[in-house]
Amino acid sequence: MSYTKTYEEINEKIKKGQAVVVTAEEVIDIVKEKGYAQAAREIDVVTTGTFGPMCSSGAFINFGHSNPRIKMKKVWLNGVEAYTGIAAVDVYLGAGQLPESDPENKVYPGRFSYGGGHVIQDLVAGKEIRLEAVAYGTDCYPNRKLETIITLDDVNEAFMFNPRNAYQNYNCAVNLGDRPLYTYMGILRPRLGNAAYSTSGQLSPLLNDPHYKTIGIGTRIFLGGGIGYVAWNGTQHHPNVSRGENGVPQTPAGTLSVIGDLKQMDPNWLVGLSYIGYGATMAVGIGIPIPILDEEILHYTAVKDEDIYCPIVDFFEGYPYKKDIDLGLANFKELKSGRININGKQVVTTPQSSYPRAKKIASILKDWIANGKFEISQPVQMLPGADANIDFKSIPDRRPVNGIIFNSRMGGK
Amino acid sequence: MKNRIVLYFSAAQSEQPIIYQLVKEYDLVVNILKANINPQKEGLMVMELTGDKDNYESGINYLSGLGVSCEPLSQTVMWDEALCIQCGACASFCPTEALFMDRESMEVSFDNSKCVVCGMCLECCPTRAINLHFDIREAM
Ligand code: SF4
Ligand code: SF4
Repeated sequence: MSYTKTYEEINEKIKKGQAVVVTAEEVIDIVKEKGYAQAAREIDVVTTGTFGPMCSSGAFINFGHSNPRIKMKKVWLNGVEAYTGIAAVDVYLGAGQLPESDPENKVYPGRFSYGGGHVIQDLVAGKEIRLEAVAYGTDCYPNRKLETIITLDDVNEAFMFNPRNAYQNYNCAVNLGDRPLYTYMGILRPRLGNAAYSTSGQLSPLLNDPHYKTIGIGTRIFLGGGIGYVAWNGTQHHPNVSRGENGVPQTPAGTLSVIGDLKQMDPNWLVGLSYIGYGATMAVGIGIPIPILDEEILHYTAVKDEDIYCPIVDFFEGYPYKKDIDLGLANFKELKSGRININGKQVVTTPQSSYPRAKKIASILKDWIANGKFEISQPVQMLPGADANIDFKSIPDRRPVNGIIFNSRMGGK
Repeated sequence: MKNRIVLYFSAAQSEQPIIYQLVKEYDLVVNILKANINPQKEGLMVMELTGDKDNYESGINYLSGLGVSCEPLSQTVMWDEALCIQCGACASFCPTEALFMDRESMEVSFDNSKCVVCGMCLECCPTRAINLHFDIREAM
């Protein structure tokens, strides 16, 4: 019977400041030196990290009430609209939201200098934010217009709630066309001019726990410089894809939905981004601890860049028009070397997520745990795995026949 | 030939159709990179002038004749390390390795002396940590 540990045993050690914690990068050499069995006995926790653009992010904010009270119908923070279809002074501000005045791609490629992600970063940095709201007025909420200046300290609650973060693996994007493309993977030069990739490879949370054996609902994590939790599987969570022998998916697979108190976070780990020709978004820093409950889990955390593959996808026609164009797989170690080979051509690689920042997150989380400041948590429920056979769906193409127009912006016939 | 120049002009000069003349009389291609005109109509204009050598020189003489001062533009690329998130996107576009990614640490650094101000890096940086700095004095 091989050696096992429980969450409680590991937490006991953390509380005493005796836990052995290493990063997902360090564990690789330790395993090489000591072997899996020995390393699994010695190591209690392996920390992972990732820092890159994560569009499906945002924050719920409750402003408290004005006098007279208001039921906000539309709200803008520094000119960026937040969603108000919930209670009177609750809103959701999405990272990808643009100010109404943004010229978007009318002058192509647009610059997208400021958006929801930038507002969130400014809020977290303690900056003053212009709050504007309009309402239709009710007997209980008579106020119809509000204009003021707030900071993060002035609001009741502000918590980040991101529907899809920490993608387990991601496509490597190329351009087979003859004009430059401006995408969420950055600028793609024509005729295989470059290959853009994301994820932090051997440091990435879900690549170190490919079958979600320890990361589940309720897992305590590093989120944006503060402490957060895994709330649910992320949107587009799609675990039953092709996987290597090591269990690592070879296409985008699992995702996480995460939650955490914005008031604890740090603007270094939540950074507003502007992708030319695409839009605004936000880089989110996430670090997840993996408890080494047994040797099998240690095996997973010792995954190396050379064991990780992702599909090469054409963004000229393949991705936008869902055409099947097989360009093979790219190896993560080669991607990180700066060049990969595609159809016999040497192609320069363009990273999107920051490896140095991912490494830093893993090491901060390591310090938190080693110093007894951060205990690991056992998931209250595991995420759906490959055996859940989740279908990856698309929008059905069905023409409504009754001719009723639900939305005037769509235009009539 | 092709050159980037800064023109400094006074209120009277700004009323002259100088761009039109440069194009029409001197057959030059004018690409305005930056213009700044104050309410008193004094200002500066940064432009790229392209044309054959004789035309270029006559064009410059025409401007000098009007009393517009022309100076070669010195531009520098500024890398704001505090804004940079070390993603490395810029390094893959930089033709001279002025923006360089160390493959061991995956960290990006900037060596101004290697930069040829081609502008490739400016568009691709998602944090706008790289900026073009025009070395120009205050308008006259
Ligand atoms: S301007 Fe051109 S040469 Fe200079 S750093 Fe940017 S890409 Fe490199
Ligand atoms: S693209 Fe911008 S943020 Fe990324 S490494 Fe270059 S300067 Fe830094």
